[in-house]
Amino acid sequence: MIRLEKRPQPSQFWTAFTPVLAVMLTMVAGGILFAILGKDPFVAIKTIFWDPILGDFAFYYRSQLLVKGAPLILIAIGLSLGFRAGIWNIGAEGQYIIGAICGAAVGLAFYPMEARWLIFPLMILAGALGGFLWAMIPAILKTRFNTNEILVSLLLVYVAEQILASMALGPLRNPEGSGFPGSRNLRQYEAASNQELIANSGVHWGVIAAFIAVILAYVLLNRHMLGFQIRLTGQSPRAARFAGVRPNLLVVFCLGASGALAGLAGMFEVAGPAGQISIDFNVGYGFTAIIVAFLGRLHPVGILLAGLLMALTYIGGEAAQATLGLPAAAIQAFQGMLLFFLLAVDVLSNYRVRIGTTEAA
Amino acid sequence: MGDSLLTVEGLRKAYPGVVANDDVSFSVKPGEVHALLGENGAGKSTLVKMIYGLVRPDAGRMTFEGVPYEPSSPHEARGTGVAMVFQHFSLFEALNVAENVALGMENPPKQRQLSRQIREVSETYGLPLDPDRLVGDLSAGERQRVEIIRCLLQDPKLLIMDEPTSVLTPQEVEILFETLNKLRAEGTALLYISHKLEEIRALCDSATILRLGKVVGTCDPRASSARQMAEMMVGQELHTPSREMKEPGEIVLDLAALSVKSANPFGTSLKNVTLQVRAGEVLGIGGVAGNGQDELLAALSGETPAPSDAVKLNGQEIGHLGPNARRALGLLAAPEERLGHAAAPDMSLTENALLTGAIREDMVSNGFLNWGKARSFAESIIREFDVRTPGPGNAARALSGGNLQKFVIGREILQRPVALVVNQPTWGVDASAAAQIRQALLDLAAAGCAVICISQDLDELMEISDRFAALNEGRLSAPKPAKGLTVDEIGLMMGGAHDLEVAHV
Repeated sequence: MIRLEKRPQPSQFWTAFTPVLAVMLTMVAGGILFAILGKDPFVAIKTIFWDPILGDFAFYYRSQLLVKGAPLILIAIGLSLGFRAGIWNIGAEGQYIIGAICGAAVGLAFYPMEARWLIFPLMILAGALGGFLWAMIPAILKTRFNTNEILVSLLLVYVAEQILASMALGPLRNPEGSGFPGSRNLRQYEAASNQELIANSGVHWGVIAAFIAVILAYVLLNRHMLGFQIRLTGQSPRAARFAGVRPNLLVVFCLGASGALAGLAGMFEVAGPAGQISIDFNVGYGFTAIIVAFLGRLHPVGILLAGLLMALTYIGGEAAQATLGLPAAAIQAFQGMLLFFLLAVDVLSNYRVRIGTTEAA
Repeated sequence: MGDSLLTVEGLRKAYPGVVANDDVSFSVKPGEVHALLGENGAGKSTLVKMIYGLVRPDAGRMTFEGVPYEPSSPHEARGTGVAMVFQHFSLFEALNVAENVALGMENPPKQRQLSRQIREVSETYGLPLDPDRLVGDLSAGERQRVEIIRCLLQDPKLLIMDEPTSVLTPQEVEILFETLNKLRAEGTALLYISHKLEEIRALCDSATILRLGKVVGTCDPRASSARQMAEMMVGQELHTPSREMKEPGEIVLDLAALSVKSANPFGTSLKNVTLQVRAGEVLGIGGVAGNGQDELLAALSGETPAPSDAVKLNGQEIGHLGPNARRALGLLAAPEERLGHAAAPDMSLTENALLTGAIREDMVSNGFLNWGKARSFAESIIREFDVRTPGPGNAARALSGGNLQKFVIGREILQRPVALVVNQPTWGVDASAAAQIRQALLDLAAAGCAVICISQDLDELMEISDRFAALNEGRLSAPKPAKGLTVDEIGLMMGGAHDLEVAHV
């Protein structure tokens, strides 16, 4: 018989090791899935996890790792603050879109001026502000009318998608684009482009921002009163009130910070890798970042690693689709398994497993 | 040993870093009331959890009615004839009595039949209880009856009770003892955990005394004095709290017609509470649980805002201020619920020291935390209040109740409060720790602090209070000098407390 016994304290070893175990279990279950689909599981796993880093075409994939990982990390860092305090921003995708629209709009408004020192910083501010304001909608509704921030922030994603489409077709459409939807390509407008800083490395300003966010979040959570209040509120709300935490202020801060970071991620994406505002600009970073945040155990350094891992499954997944003909759904199922196993083995950090009745009783 | 109901031999249970029980042996006969005595952390709870099948022993043997007994779950324990009433009730406030009882049963009968059974059992054992009432409306004593009746419906041969009287009024205790004596007469054995030595002397036939997980002695409680038992339990001599009387100083804390609505739908709103506490004085506030104690503490700590002129500290209006602003001025509080209110269970003691100490102990500058200071503050609490723990890095939930209570009270006292409000400062705390906490409160008052002690333990209040008042349905009686108050007068002050009449059904 297998029994679970609550640990007096959460195990530090298992807290750190469960993500690794989850990745291994995902590989096993994913391998079985690929085998059922008629592919060689070892080749498939190797294509997803090995080739992008160390395979023949790794020089291309490696830079993609940072390009795809940066927005995930940036958004997940913001989300993790709220998640720790029990404030659930599920609408980062919407804040990401609005940040991209605001950033791009500021850049395009200056076209064709060449004052990069002015335009690019303004775009960064506009991107962060756009995401922040979009997140203020659920925040104010929650503090004023006690609405559920999960629902409001999620539904606002679909509103943001509609705004994105109307922007791509209307005000931001490229006047020289022969009537096709989509804005001018910001990568071709030097003053507003989020360039690669080191050739072929994938490092752009968004990657820098992601690293800064990791460090700031770490300092905030471990060294600052606000971070302590966030952790305290998540663990025991009543003790937090006793400690003088003002819950409404925390709601505004957590939603605002995650919105601003998601907006930043959107801005860096639209000015760099994506290049333009288009109807299908958003590809789900805002939702995947939720997985990244939990996979990284809501810890800044964990999120950094988890973001890179998630980016790897994206890139490896695409490679597997191209070379092995695996369906896209199989890759998504594979990513889903990762979260599933993570949550499943999570129990080990708070409980120990006891097997058998052989102990003396 | 042939006639004993339960025998326990060489039971051992170790947790990482602690041996909770080591080589514990004793036996209980049918119809015997057996006391388990010991300080907090002595291993009483672990021991009964093993008997009730919640925890598996590492070594040792148990037999029940002569048959080897190895319960792997409470379900199995109940099947064998062992029932347990926990210190913390597991009841749903929004459900009625019968529904709550049904939730704890293996095969609950239909509601109507169950209600009839509840009435029968409650009449047989003198535990008045209406099966149709909402648990949210019941007093602590009545809630305990729900738990007891739930156990009795299973016809147990052995009933385990973990500190059953800690939340009861004297009258409720009397009812409970009558019930327990009836059970004893019917041949039910009782395993009774308590710190209240007088109670054990009144009720129990034999006692096993535990210290640091080991049996240090057995005695006949009727033949030993409370002091002898306490000293066996603690392993040293006890001293009763003492202090020199002196004239109280200026009015420090002043509540004028404070009315606050309770945040909890089953809570009690405060109505026109007026009181003054002077420097160097201890005001004891009694009353049956659920009459506004939590609400009064929240209104004083600043968790619930009040009209600004309803609460004054040294003449300054502070009703509108939040907890931290009040702390900065010197009004500190220690709530009743240790885990989840006074302390965050999963956080370390260092973090919990920061929880209320951040401002007065100067642990924050420009919003940045000084962990070094927090840690040394936690260490000084642990040292000065004799908190038994491996170190300040340990999680609060890993401490036993009494040790955490010492930590929580010590944390406030060491911040040199101008006024301190404590709710149930020694609830579930053993005799020596309780004496220590009371002495600390008296020393604090002697140093010029105004102290309000809210408690349901009347003996405690009589021991430390200068003046006494009682809460009843959110109203506070006029405070009277504690010296010379009789039990009848106190009963009148607690007045109309819902359980007093039914005491003689």
